[in-house]
Amino acid sequence: MEPEATVVSALSAEDERLVDALRARDEAAFTALVDEYGRSMLSLARLFVRNRSVAEEVVQEAWLGVLRGIDRFEGRSSLKTWIFRILTNAAKTRAEREGRTMPFSSFADDERGVDPDRFLNEGRWAGHWVTPPSPWEQPEGRLLAGEARALIDLAITELPGPQAAVITMRDLIGFDSTDVCNVLEITESNQRVLLHRARSKVRQALEEYMSA
Amino acid sequence: MKLSRDLTCKEVVELVTEYLEGGLSTVERDRFEEHLGFCDWCVRYLDQIRLTVEGVWQLREEDLSPELKEDLLSAFRNWRDE
Repeated sequence: MEPEATVVSALSAEDERLVDALRARDEAAFTALVDEYGRSMLSLARLFVRNRSVAEEVVQEAWLGVLRGIDRFEGRSSLKTWIFRILTNAAKTRAEREGRTMPFSSFADDERGVDPDRFLNEGRWAGHWVTPPSPWEQPEGRLLAGEARALIDLAITELPGPQAAVITMRDLIGFDSTDVCNVLEITESNQRVLLHRARSKVRQALEEYMSA
Repeated sequence: MKLSRDLTCKEVVELVTEYLEGGLSTVERDRFEEHLGFCDWCVRYLDQIRLTVEGVWQLREEDLSPELKEDLLSAFRNWRDE
């Protein structure tokens, strides 16, 4: 068999199999993909639309986009990356239509993870804690409480868009850093900076509640 | 980075993510861990970042409802039969 003109394919053997199956209108392959990614898609969509039923509609739109696009899918990214780009685009469109401020639109500032006033400014111990983190009481139990969930949810909402997107993908959905970089089209180091700021701020938001 | 100097707490808190991601060089990691060896406050901070990550994980959505899965399946069948 003559090789086609080289198109760099990012597809694994498993991806190839799934793409072929979808193109053959194989229902089992579709169901398997929905089972694999549906929950993560819904969790990510919620970041944009903040309401589960609208997020469900976004997930539906995204799957329709996947089906309509699969025959033309070129495999320049993995199937997972491609599906999640379709999802984020569908979610952004929906958020715009609803007049919500969009994640991914604002750019990262260069603030620090921890308020600099919490460290000594000068002297022999410059840079050491002056207001150390207060101890958290029974953290495992408290973190499960509704109040903690609400605080974390709000803290993520208030993050600049790219930070919110990265922490959601990494810590809420459980993507690895490579997946995040591929879907958001950012570099590894950028990803790490955004994750760092996001986690620092969510920790800060929890501090008072967790130590009270 | 100056090798001769110990890390300050202010520097340590900005390195926690690199540390957790395995992004520090061996030398940097040693200095980071050396600091943790004598600074309980930074140990506490690192711990709280780990707990924060666990807390965020609690917020993931439930799986798709059976109704939604059913809708998706109908959409699939419509597309298949087009």
